[in-house]
Amino acid sequence: MINRYRWWELVLIYAGMALFLTFMLAPFVEAFMVSLRPITEVFRIPYRFFAEGMSFANYRQIWISQPMLGRWIINSFGIAVAVTVLSMCCSIPAAYAFARFKFKLRDGLLSLFLAVSMVGAAVLIIPLYKLMLALGLLNTYAAMIIPGAAFTVPTGIFLMRSYFMRIPAELEEAAYVDGASRLYTMRRVILPISAPGMVVVAITTFITAYAQQFLFALTFNSKNHLNPLPVGLYQFFGHQEVRWNELMAASIVGVLPVLVLYVFLQRYIVAGLTAGAVKE
Amino acid sequence: MKRIDAFPYLLLIPALLLVGTIAAWPLVETFRLSFTDASMKQVQNYVGFENYIKFFQRDFWPILGRTLVWTTLSVSLKLIMGLLGAVLLNAAVPGRALFRILIMPPWVVPVAVGCFMWAWMYNGQFGMISGLGQRFGLFSGPFEFLAYKQAAFISTVVTDVWIGTPLVSLYLLAAMQTIPKDLYEAAWTDGAGRFYRFRRVTLPLLMPSITTMALLSTIWTFNSFEIIWILTEGGPRGSTTTMIIDTYRTAISRFRYGEGAARAVMILICLMVLSAIYLALLNRLTRKGRAK
Repeated sequence: MINRYRWWELVLIYAGMALFLTFMLAPFVEAFMVSLRPITEVFRIPYRFFAEGMSFANYRQIWISQPMLGRWIINSFGIAVAVTVLSMCCSIPAAYAFARFKFKLRDGLLSLFLAVSMVGAAVLIIPLYKLMLALGLLNTYAAMIIPGAAFTVPTGIFLMRSYFMRIPAELEEAAYVDGASRLYTMRRVILPISAPGMVVVAITTFITAYAQQFLFALTFNSKNHLNPLPVGLYQFFGHQEVRWNELMAASIVGVLPVLVLYVFLQRYIVAGLTAGAVKE
Repeated sequence: MKRIDAFPYLLLIPALLLVGTIAAWPLVETFRLSFTDASMKQVQNYVGFENYIKFFQRDFWPILGRTLVWTTLSVSLKLIMGLLGAVLLNAAVPGRALFRILIMPPWVVPVAVGCFMWAWMYNGQFGMISGLGQRFGLFSGPFEFLAYKQAAFISTVVTDVWIGTPLVSLYLLAAMQTIPKDLYEAAWTDGAGRFYRFRRVTLPLLMPSITTMALLSTIWTFNSFEIIWILTEGGPRGSTTTMIIDTYRTAISRFRYGEGAARAVMILICLMVLSAIYLALLNRLTRKGRAK
């Protein structure tokens, strides 16, 4: 039938997939292999994929040579969770307003949020730095959480708005007829049935916040115990001789939780992305 | 309900407060700062267009050119790879679900961690690419990818493509799956082959999504900071210094806030042009959608 593939088409498809995956996964595979090598094998010429003396020793060593590692991972998660909560507290009511009510400034404000979503945080880094300085937030978690949340709000609004718009308005009208106030209707009628949509937005926001913790932490924070994982590991980089095997072991330990989370939640994530939530 | 209704505005307060303080106010402040000589010093004076004039006389054009080449190269590669990925994801073969899980990790892990891995891959003495390249006779000796101007330029693009491709793939896949099945069946009944169906049915119907993604991707890639900063910090000898890197270095590394702000304003102008194109396109697409 229409979807039956001839044998050479199948070969082509699987070859394409294999090539694609090689590009996507090679850095992970190589990082894992390096993390197993002793340092003498890391700096060895010529290069060998399977080195001698591979073991998980580095996975023990990193906790000793980088005593902060556990703290950084917890910070990363904590910051990403806080960003998600703050961002959603702002985006959900705003999205509901944009989806359901007609008001004078609606189109103008919607364009404003769209415009903000186009500007990268790095462009605004100077006034942001001054703002954090003036508010006394430098070297605090807040300096990483508040800007992180602000830049995810527009995407959250657009996603939740399209979700709310698909809910039939008759539901609210029925509640109003029964004498419910608008706040009550929103809280008791609309929000509960929007839970699936909110889960999707929450997960996407979390992944975004987890992936992009570098700039704000690098610029606004100089206290090592407050650093998220990426900036913590970035310090490995500063040394004359990078201990690549330990850096890779620490990287893998650091990203493993979110990778596991991703595998379990990927259905929601895919749904979120394809509904128009986007992140770079 | 004729009088002004406060309820929607109340719902908007948290979002406006947060986004206003963190994004809208800094936008205005950037413009103001760009006309001053602000630095670490306590005093700052208004200097008119001096920062802009200096920027244009010194290095605006080469940096703009480099940024445009870097962005164009990266976005086109992401679209080609993304389309290829979407086609593969759409193929109804066993193992497709696993393939979908396995292409996403570059997007899921923190950008910085992905960059650490690539920095190791690009290592000339001990890295994988250089090592395997030597074994198969591609390079005569160790090749340090991040030490040469052009190689560093290409290397940063490759890493950016690696991070950006999964998302483009998924987005285009979603768009592909909205194409009605009967169109394919009609073409199939008329004897159209698989490739012909792709060219005459899939591609034309996918065009709006490809264009939207191209513009969004251009805006994000234009804003890209972490990848270049971690891999090369804009070097060697400025060969990967895009507008964002240049602004960050001027303002944060050298503490020249005024000059940095002027450079940031030039970025904003570029972004405005891109956004205007995007919005015009979006309007046209929605109008078309409504006309149906």
